[in-house]
Amino acid sequence: MGRYVARRLLQMIPVFIGSTFLIFAMMYALPGDPVRALMGDQAFDPAILEAKRHELGLDLPLWQQYVNYLTGLLQGDFGTEIGSGRPISEIIGQAFPVTVRLTLFAFAFTVIVGIGLGIVAGLKPESVRDRGLLGLTLVLISMPSFVLGYLMQYLFAFQLGLITPTVQDSESFGDLFLPAIVLGSLSLAYVARLTRTSMAENLRADYMRTAVAKGLPRRRIVGVHLMRNSLVPVVTFLGTDIGNLMTGAIVTEGIFNVQGVGDAIYEALFRREGATVVGIASLIVLVYLLASLLVDLLYAVLDPRIRYA
Amino acid sequence: MRGAKSAKWVAGAIVVAMAATACGGGSGDDEGKKSPSGKPEGYVSIDVGEPQKPLIPADTNESLGSYVIQSLFTQLLDFDAKGEIVYTNAESVTTTDSKTWTVKLKSGWKFHNGEAVTAQSYVDAWNWYANIKNQQQNSFWFSDIAGYADVHPEKGEPKADKMSGLKVVDDTTFTITLTEKVPYFNYKLGYATFAPLPKVFYDDPKAFGKKPIGNGPYKFEKWTHKKLIQVAANPDYQGPNKAQNKGIQFKNYATVEAAYQDVVSGNLDIIRQVGPTDLPKYKQDLGEGAIEQPYAAIQTLVPAFYTATFKDMDPKVRQGLSMAIDRETITKTVLNSTRTPATSFTPPQVKGNQDLGTDVFTYNPAKAKQLVTEGGGVPGNKIFIQYNSDGGHKEWVTAVCESIRKATGVDCIGDAKPDFATDLEARDNDQVKSMYRGGWVADYPVNVNFIKELYHSGAEANNGRFKDAAIDKMMAEADKANSLEESVKGYQEVEKKLLEKMPAIPLWYYRINGGHGKGVDNVEVDFHGDLELTGVTVK
Repeated sequence: MGRYVARRLLQMIPVFIGSTFLIFAMMYALPGDPVRALMGDQAFDPAILEAKRHELGLDLPLWQQYVNYLTGLLQGDFGTEIGSGRPISEIIGQAFPVTVRLTLFAFAFTVIVGIGLGIVAGLKPESVRDRGLLGLTLVLISMPSFVLGYLMQYLFAFQLGLITPTVQDSESFGDLFLPAIVLGSLSLAYVARLTRTSMAENLRADYMRTAVAKGLPRRRIVGVHLMRNSLVPVVTFLGTDIGNLMTGAIVTEGIFNVQGVGDAIYEALFRREGATVVGIASLIVLVYLLASLLVDLLYAVLDPRIRYA
Repeated sequence: MRGAKSAKWVAGAIVVAMAATACGGGSGDDEGKKSPSGKPEGYVSIDVGEPQKPLIPADTNESLGSYVIQSLFTQLLDFDAKGEIVYTNAESVTTTDSKTWTVKLKSGWKFHNGEAVTAQSYVDAWNWYANIKNQQQNSFWFSDIAGYADVHPEKGEPKADKMSGLKVVDDTTFTITLTEKVPYFNYKLGYATFAPLPKVFYDDPKAFGKKPIGNGPYKFEKWTHKKLIQVAANPDYQGPNKAQNKGIQFKNYATVEAAYQDVVSGNLDIIRQVGPTDLPKYKQDLGEGAIEQPYAAIQTLVPAFYTATFKDMDPKVRQGLSMAIDRETITKTVLNSTRTPATSFTPPQVKGNQDLGTDVFTYNPAKAKQLVTEGGGVPGNKIFIQYNSDGGHKEWVTAVCESIRKATGVDCIGDAKPDFATDLEARDNDQVKSMYRGGWVADYPVNVNFIKELYHSGAEANNGRFKDAAIDKMMAEADKANSLEESVKGYQEVEKKLLEKMPAIPLWYYRINGGHGKGVDNVEVDFHGDLELTGVTVK
């Protein structure tokens, strides 16, 4: 197991370098010069542009820029933003905690409510409550998150007056409640459906009949025998979902004005701040990589037949 | 037993997650108790996002940074709603020959750190701004001043660090000598770039940009990046635009829609521009708080004269294309009345705006078709209009194209660039397929600003590469005038000539469609469309 983890961690290095280079190259290939864009419509002096570009190393060929970037990164330097002159680590340091908080909250909501609903429905397939759940999740799946976001905003902020329409303080737990629910609701629908189907299938499995025949208490039948086997696909989904939640937060963060990663990466893309985009994106890549490692390890916990050497 | 273990592990993870989120919540709630939206009493909040760059007057020309700069710094003079000069830090700015200008400052003015604002503060600041080593974005604004070429050569190191044209006479007087006559030079001085700097600036310009010390109606308080900038009223301010409120909060919003929601619910006082989705209902939502006012900005279609389409075209064809555009209907329907149809090359708010007495800007499909045919038609019978699709231009470009196609039979296609940066790059590199969407907001309220900066063959912003020796000569003549009035008249003549040549097709003038909530009053708009925050009162 230890060797497996080590191998996986080592594998992350080329994946990380490859993905950052891809993003770097894509930003480089995008038309539009960030230094020129700073000047806008108005008149400007081209000599100033040249001087700035040279100072920032933007006149170097792509590979050299990338090597410079990686060298900086190894020394813990994410670079500086072209426009604002702020260190990118500061920008990331400000945006990430907000999104991590939002994501964790949405994730917790997805796990608890999603699996809970799935169990309730899955234990009695084809019943009224099962049909109800299928209907409800279908609505959630087919509804784009911005529709749900504006709907919730309208309902809770303007009609009922329970909350402010946008997040006033991106660090406040209470303020993030609604955005997190909106963010988590799509995954919630998938989780509930996955749990439900997987349980409904496993209910008819041989080992279930055996467990019932042995006269085990119902709590143990459902809690250990049924759940452990049924959760494997759900955990797979949840693992990749952490990364999706972080990136998917762009729309939700926009609606509720949460100053997180989505907001930061959108603005950076818009202003062609390549280094900022690569910095944030590579951190998200890391989150994806770690989450998928975690999922693989969890398989072994859920199903002891799966072993890693 | 493994099951039990894993259940514990999951439960543990959830507890950790909840703890991580809950502890953030705790501190947030404490702050919340002080004031519901975190705004000190008597302050006004407005949706002005994160400035692109550090706050140095000569390095900012985008509107977000300008808002903050203008609250912190005061230049020699400013303009009233009619575009007339109002002296702020200057007692007077005078000249007898349009070449040497004498500036007298009001005495007793102080920077926010107590340092006196003297003639030297201005001269030193301008020399620093103009120096190429300091890479100030707006440095070319100083290019009229004698000696600019020494501090800002086209290539290489500067030969001097002072412009010979700037001379300090005494503490409150200095003179500006220009290389050529510029009869409207005093109008340029109203631009935020001409602000003075205190001595502490030169110690560490970078740190200053994060915490500027100005001489303006507001003092810098704090800047929480990507969230808000807060400035407090300066009690010692002596200018005519003294703050009528206790301070301003410039708040960053991810979308205009989010900002609008906050104005409606009372969490934000002022929104600069209502987004397209909320435009149809904002007057109903905000009542008296709805702001709708024209300002000195124009939108045009600019032909790229290096393309096969426009290279040797008879100007008649462009006049015909102009008459093929139904400005009335498009501004009313597609643009929700946020624009006013243009009737000349300059907006009405600038000095020298005139009635050209022409029907070139009036929709007339029959005459349009006739002019296009007489002029020999459009080569290839097809034009493209380049625009940036991130700026809400798609709808009207489509409508304009439809209008041209219907009236003249010339095929017209929108050429979308994904964003402004890409759009600008194509313009700079002469890669526009045939026309692009141009826009210009007044830097100072004189017609020169709209004519010389856009249509002089050497102008940076003349991305259509319009060249006409006769027109350049007329501009040079107008610049030689001894008085502003004469010069403005000269440029009016230039404008009449422009009508014959059609270097661009004016479409419409901008209007601001903003709004404010019930908590504030007296929200006015200045000539370039910025809200005048000093006059806003809190109820």
